[in-house]
Amino acid sequence: MQTGDLAIILPEIVLSIFAMAGLLAGAYGGRDRLGPAMIWTTSALFAVLAAWIGLQGAGTATAFGGMFTDDAFARFAKVTILLSAAAVLLMGEGYMARSDLIRFEYPLLIALAAVGMMVMVSASDLMALYMGLELQSLSLYVVAALRRDSVKSTEAGLKYFVLGALSSGLLLFGASLVYGFAGTTGFVGIFEAVQGRAPVGLLIGLSLVIAGLAFKVSAAPFHMWTPDVYEGAPTPVTAFFATAPKIAAMALLARVVYGAFGGIVGDWQQILAALSVASMFLGAVAAIGQRNIKRLMAYSSIAHMGFALMGLTAGTVAGVEAMLIYLVIYVTMNVGTFAFILSMERDGSPVVEISALSLYSRRSPTRALAMLVLLFSLAGVPPLVGFFAKYSVLLAAVDAGLAWLAVLGVIASVIGAFYYIRIVYIMYFGDEESELDAGGSTVLAGFLVVSAAMMLFGLWNLAGIEGPAAAAAATLVR
Amino acid sequence: MLLDSLLSIITFVPLIGAAILALFLRGDDAPARRNAKCVALAATSTSLLASLIMLATFDPEETGFQFVEEGEWILGLTYKMGVDGLSVLFVMLTTFLMPITILACWDVTHRVKEYMISFLVLETLMLGVFCALDLVLFYLFFEGGLIPMFLIIGIWGGKDRIYAAFKFFLYTFLGSVLMLVAMIAMYVDAGTTDIVALLGHDFGSETMEIMGFHILGGFQTLLWLAFFASFAVKMPMWPVHTWLPDAHVQAPTAGSVILAAILLKMGGYGFLRFSIPMFPVASSLLADFVLWLSAIAIVYTSLVALMQEDVKKLIAYSSVAHMGFVTAGIFSANQQGVDGAIFQMLSHGFISGALFLCVGVVYDRMHTREIDAYGGLVNRMPIYAAVFMLFTMANVGLPGTSGFVGEFLTLVGMFQANTWVCAVAATGVILSAAYALWLYRRVVMGELVKESLRSITDMNRREQAIFAPLVVMTILLGVYPSLVTDIVGPSVGALLDGYGEAVAQYGGTTQVAQHGGH
Repeated sequence: MQTGDLAIILPEIVLSIFAMAGLLAGAYGGRDRLGPAMIWTTSALFAVLAAWIGLQGAGTATAFGGMFTDDAFARFAKVTILLSAAAVLLMGEGYMARSDLIRFEYPLLIALAAVGMMVMVSASDLMALYMGLELQSLSLYVVAALRRDSVKSTEAGLKYFVLGALSSGLLLFGASLVYGFAGTTGFVGIFEAVQGRAPVGLLIGLSLVIAGLAFKVSAAPFHMWTPDVYEGAPTPVTAFFATAPKIAAMALLARVVYGAFGGIVGDWQQILAALSVASMFLGAVAAIGQRNIKRLMAYSSIAHMGFALMGLTAGTVAGVEAMLIYLVIYVTMNVGTFAFILSMERDGSPVVEISALSLYSRRSPTRALAMLVLLFSLAGVPPLVGFFAKYSVLLAAVDAGLAWLAVLGVIASVIGAFYYIRIVYIMYFGDEESELDAGGSTVLAGFLVVSAAMMLFGLWNLAGIEGPAAAAAATLVR
Repeated sequence: MLLDSLLSIITFVPLIGAAILALFLRGDDAPARRNAKCVALAATSTSLLASLIMLATFDPEETGFQFVEEGEWILGLTYKMGVDGLSVLFVMLTTFLMPITILACWDVTHRVKEYMISFLVLETLMLGVFCALDLVLFYLFFEGGLIPMFLIIGIWGGKDRIYAAFKFFLYTFLGSVLMLVAMIAMYVDAGTTDIVALLGHDFGSETMEIMGFHILGGFQTLLWLAFFASFAVKMPMWPVHTWLPDAHVQAPTAGSVILAAILLKMGGYGFLRFSIPMFPVASSLLADFVLWLSAIAIVYTSLVALMQEDVKKLIAYSSVAHMGFVTAGIFSANQQGVDGAIFQMLSHGFISGALFLCVGVVYDRMHTREIDAYGGLVNRMPIYAAVFMLFTMANVGLPGTSGFVGEFLTLVGMFQANTWVCAVAATGVILSAAYALWLYRRVVMGELVKESLRSITDMNRREQAIFAPLVVMTILLGVYPSLVTDIVGPSVGALLDGYGEAVAQYGGTTQVAQHGGH
C-alpha cells in the first residue's frame, strides 16, 4: 500500500473517521442531546467534501491495484450524492426533533452510508463494488427501522433487509460466475476478456449482477420493497432513500455495464431495456391508486428510474450523459418535493394523506405554487426543467436506434402525468378547505422554493451541469 | 437594437407582467384586484403595440423569415425566433385578442391575481408557438400552454370543470408526446433542430417495410402521422374532437375565447409549418384522407350542433366544423385553399371569440347556458341583439363578413383538389346556417315570456367597447380581404412551390420504379 493510494481516497477516509469519532463522542458524551448538532456538522462536512471533490482538477487516478478509480464520472456522482444527502439531512432535522427520533446515530449512519456510496461509484473491481454496496445497505437497513416503536417502520427495515440480502446474494453469485469465466474481478480485466461474444456462463453472471443492482435502484420487477419501505420509514429517511442511494446505485450500474461489460453492449442492452419499460409503466400505473403521498413518491421514483435506465440502455456517451443529467434533475425535484411532504402537518403532527391537501393553495399560496411547479416538472411537462431530463434520455434512445423504447417512454409519461396532475387538482380545485397548518419551518420552505425556482430558471443553462456531465460520461465510456 | 429583439419583447412582455404580479402584488381586496387587472392590461397592450411595430416593418414580399433572433441554448438546442408570412398574422391575432380577453374578465372576483397570471403566462406561450424557429423551442411553447389552460379551466371553470380539465390535459398531452418522438427522430436524421434548416432538409420517402406492411412515403409518413396525432387533437379534427366541447362548456368565458380563437389555430399553424413543407410526399399521399376527415367533420359536427341545448356547446361544435374547412383548405394544397385556410383561422379567431363573449354577456346576467332559459332578448337588449346578429351571420358565412371569404376560398381550393369533398363540405355551409339562425331565433327573437328575463339589462359601455374592435375586424376583413392575402400570399406561394416540386419529384421516381418492375 502506498501513500498515493491513501491520498486518492482521502475524502472517504475523512468521512469514515468523522463517523467513528462521532459514534464515540455520542456513546461516551452527550448521547442524543448531541443529535441536532451532529446533523448540522454532518451536513456541513458533506458540503465541504462535495466542494473539495468538485474543485479537484481533471484527470483519472486509480488506487489499490485498480480496485478504486477516481475519475470525472466518480467525482460527478459523489458531488451529487453528498450535496443531496446534506440537503436531506438538514430538511429532516425539524421532523426528527418533533417525532422524538433525533438520535445521534442517525446522521452518523447516513455518513457511513455516504462512504459506502462513494466507494460504490468509484469501484472498479467486483470486490470493491460489493464492499461499498454492503456498507451502504447495512447503514440503510438500520436507518429504515429507526422508529423502533412503530410496527410499520420495523416492518420496513426488516423487509428491506431480507429482500436486500436476497439481492446481495444474487449479486455475489453473479459476481462469482463472472470471475469464473473472465478470470478476474477487476473491471479492466473483465473488459479485455469479454469482447464481442461472451460465454453463456458469463452472461448468466452478468444478468444476476444486473438483477442485484436493479434491486438497489428499485427498477421493476425488483421494486417490491420500495413502496413499503418508503411508507414505513420516517419521512426524512424516505427522502434520503429517494435521492442519494438512487444516484449511487445508478452510477454503479453504469460503471459495471460500461467499465466491465462495455464490449458486449448488445447483451445487456436488452436486459436494461426490459427493466426500463417495466419500471416506467409500473411506476406510472401503480401510482394512480395511491392515497398516501409517500407511497406515491415511491412509485414515482420507480418510474423515474425507468427513464434514467433508458439513457443507460442507449449504450452511448450521449446516453450516459443524459442519464447523469436526468439523475441530477430528478434529485433536485425530489429534494423539493420531500421538503413539501415534510412540511405537511396538522396540529404539529405529520400527515401523509394526499386528500389532506384539498384546496391547500388557499391556505399557503406560495408553497402550493412551488409544489405545482415541481409536480408539472416531475410529470415532464415543458417548459419546466423536468421536461429536459426526459428529452435528453429520449434523444439518446432514438439516437441509438431505440425509437420503440422512446415511444413506450412517452406513453408511460402521459399515464404518469395523471397522478402528478391529480395532486395539483386537489391543491387547487378542491372543495373543502385544507386543515393543514399554514406555517412551518423556513428551512423546508427555503428548500422547496429554491428547488422549484431551479425548475424554472434552469431553463437558462441547466445550472451548468451539462459540461461536467459530458466530461463524466466521456471518461466512463470507452 | 430594439428591432433586433422585437419578437422576444412581444413574447416575453406578458411573462414579465406575470412575474410582477406574482412577486409584488399582495392581498385580495378590491384595489389589489383592480391593480392585477391593470397590470395585465398594460402588459398585453404593450405586447400589442410592439407587435404593431413589427407588422408595420414587416415586408410581405420577402418569403423568408424576418426579425430572426438566434442564440446558444442548452443541450445543443438554439434559441431561435422569427416570423414569416404564415405566422406573422397569428402573432397579431394573439396580441390583438389578449387585451380584449383581459377586459372581458374585468368582473371576475375569484382569485383575480392568479387568473391574470395564468392568462399572461398563456399569452407568452402562445406567442412563442408562432415565433419559435427551433423544434424543441416550439414544442416547449406548444405543450407549455397546457399548464395555464388546465388551471384556467380547473379553477375558474363551471360545475364539471375537473373532468373537463383532465380530459383536456391528458388528451392533448398524449397527442403531442408522439410528436416529440418524431421531433427527436428528425433531429437524429437531420442533425439539427433549426426549423429553417429542416425546411430545406429532405426526409426519406422510400417505401419502408415494417412488420410486413409496406409503408408508402416511408420515414416521412411515420413522421407525418406523429405530427398529425398532435395537430389533429389540437385543431381538433373529427374523431378526436371530443375534448373540445367539454373544455369549452366548463371553461370560463375568457378561457373559451382564448381556446377557440387562438389555441385551436396552433394545429393549423403546425400543419402549415411542419407537415406540408417538411413532409410533402406524405402530405400528398395522405391528403385525401385528411380531406375526407374534414368533410365528415363539417357535416357531422354541424348536425351535432343542431341538437345542442347548451349555447356554448353549440358554438364549440360549430368551431369544430369551421376547423374542418381549415384542414380541408390546407390539404387542398393550392393557393386559394391555403390562403383561405389562413383567412378562415384568423376570421374564426374574431368570430368565435366574439360569439363566446356574447354567451358570456348573458351568462354573467342569468348564470345559465341553457338555450331554453332564454328567448325574446331583443325586447330588453337591442344592442346585444344587433351584435349577436352580426356574429351569427359572420359565423354562417354571410358575404360582407370575414366568415364568407374564408369559407369561399377554402371551397374553391377544395373544388380543385377533390370535387366530391367540396360538394359534401358545401352542404355544411347550409347546415351552419340552420343551427346558427335557429340558435339566434331561440335566444334573441320572439316574445319575452320568461319571467326571469324581464329585468335583464343591455350591454354596458365596457362590454360594448370589447365588441367594437371585433366588429370592425369582422367587417373590414369581409369587405377588404387583401389585407390578409397580400401578407400571406407570397409565403404561401413559396410554400406551395416547394411542395409541388417535392411531390413531382417523388411521382417521377415512383414511375421510374414501376417501369423498372415491368
